[in-house]
Amino acid sequence: MSIEEKENEIIEEFAMFDDWADKYEYLIDLGKSLPKLDDNNKTDDKLIKGCQSKVWMHSELIDGKVIYTADSDAIITKGMVALMVRVLSNQSPDEVIDSKLDFVEKIGLTKHLSPTRSNGLLSMIKQMKLDALAYKQLKS
Amino acid sequence: MTAPGATLKSSLDIKKIREDFPILSSEVNGKPLIYFDSASTAQKPKVVIDSVSNFYKYQNANVHRGVHTLSQEITVAYEKARVTIQHHLNAAHPHEIIFTKGATESINLVAHSFGKKYIQEGDEIIISEMEHHSNILPWQQVCEEKGAILKVIPMNEAGELMLDEFEKLLSPKTKIVAVNHISNTLGTINPIKAIIELAHRNHTPILIDGAQAVSHTLVDVQSLDADFYCFSGHKLFGPTGVGVLYGKEKYLNEMPPYQVGGGTIKTVTFKKTEYADLPLKFEAGTPHIAGGIGLAEAIKYVNLLGLENIAAYENSLLEYATIELNKIEELRIIGNAKNKTSVISFVVEGLHPFDIGTILDQLGIAVRTGHHCTQPIMQHYGIQGTVRVSFAFYNTKDEIDTFIKGLERAIKMLK
Repeated sequence: MSIEEKENEIIEEFAMFDDWADKYEYLIDLGKSLPKLDDNNKTDDKLIKGCQSKVWMHSELIDGKVIYTADSDAIITKGMVALMVRVLSNQSPDEVIDSKLDFVEKIGLTKHLSPTRSNGLLSMIKQMKLDALAYKQLKS
Repeated sequence: MTAPGATLKSSLDIKKIREDFPILSSEVNGKPLIYFDSASTAQKPKVVIDSVSNFYKYQNANVHRGVHTLSQEITVAYEKARVTIQHHLNAAHPHEIIFTKGATESINLVAHSFGKKYIQEGDEIIISEMEHHSNILPWQQVCEEKGAILKVIPMNEAGELMLDEFEKLLSPKTKIVAVNHISNTLGTINPIKAIIELAHRNHTPILIDGAQAVSHTLVDVQSLDADFYCFSGHKLFGPTGVGVLYGKEKYLNEMPPYQVGGGTIKTVTFKKTEYADLPLKFEAGTPHIAGGIGLAEAIKYVNLLGLENIAAYENSLLEYATIELNKIEELRIIGNAKNKTSVISFVVEGLHPFDIGTILDQLGIAVRTGHHCTQPIMQHYGIQGTVRVSFAFYNTKDEIDTFIKGLERAIKMLK
């Protein structure tokens, strides 16, 4: 499935919720069901520092696809992290680099990506793309 | 104690007061705004907003400069604002009131200029464990530059400063003490009169960070005998970007300027500059004129309500909210000093403050989450952060009830 197809799938899922509480409950469930990152991957070099919630992100290149795993100490942030991992993981470095991720706006959660939220999410996306760029350069 | 369901008694007409604050009738995320973050910044009454707006509409000119009428009139108005602040703090002279950007700049000014004049290698500076980063970092920097040593007054589990430990820290090497009047995270009201006396017994001057205090209590710098006292305008219902440093004349006269430039001089040649007298020596550049005038309006407004009435009402909000919060099983209040202002920090077992704050925001309830620029306090309690609610006189018991319901809902969602 392409990044765009995955984004559309998420947009459809979120279209079912008419109020914010359902949306956030779903986000919290996503956060809870995201597998925890191994403690040996929760090291400081994997830590993306937000002012308030912490995000850890690990990536590896397997058969030409970038595989991301990530975690957060705050559950709503972790739900957002789960969405990002779902969309970007298992894609080629090029696809990750070119992704626009405008599904976040379409599901009404843009405020979690604003710089003032200081939840580490924006920095995580930047780091995900930087990792993809590094894998791309490694290949060529 | 007021029984639940009853309205809190007050000599203030809260309903009418709320009408003075335009933002309080707004909606956030489709819900009526409940603003419980006044310790971060307080909302502004219409008189303050109007004074700022009128300045730009009808009075705008530069101060202390021009020969023209507008400039002269605004200089008079700006200096009148200084006198309003002088009287409010009961300072001996208007020139002991220095306009700054805020409490942070006030502390930086003292750390820099006092440090330059009086602090040498091996000297000691005493702060406390419950200081805001703004009252830690400037002193740390002076210590690094001068080779001085930073000493810290510890606090007990309730979040109260241990004065017997403070006494032990004082020595002939202590050159200055800097502590807050009220803790922004714990709400603790520190016994600053006693702290000042102890410092003075050691012949050490003292700076009081009053950022959290001026909106809750009357401050008389002469009766306290504070050497420096500072606060931010925006926490006292005034504009952002303006603040005050009160300093005793004798220190301010001896201290070198902090920043230099326009307005701070008597004569300039390329060989030598002779600096202006107080307060202009410390006010480089065009000041925040609208801010100073707006702050004076805010002080007049607060005095009209009466700080004693304000404190009594806020105290009833604090008591009521504390009782209601303590009913929530997994919740722990951080900071249980005997003498507290209307600030409550808490943690909920197993939940991240950020998540609680996010859900409350969806309900239109503004709280602060995180470490509140007081990481040493977090380290003391072994926590990452707290949720903090802070009340001002425009908050109500009904709002606390709505908040408690919202909090219970957030806990249920997040568990």
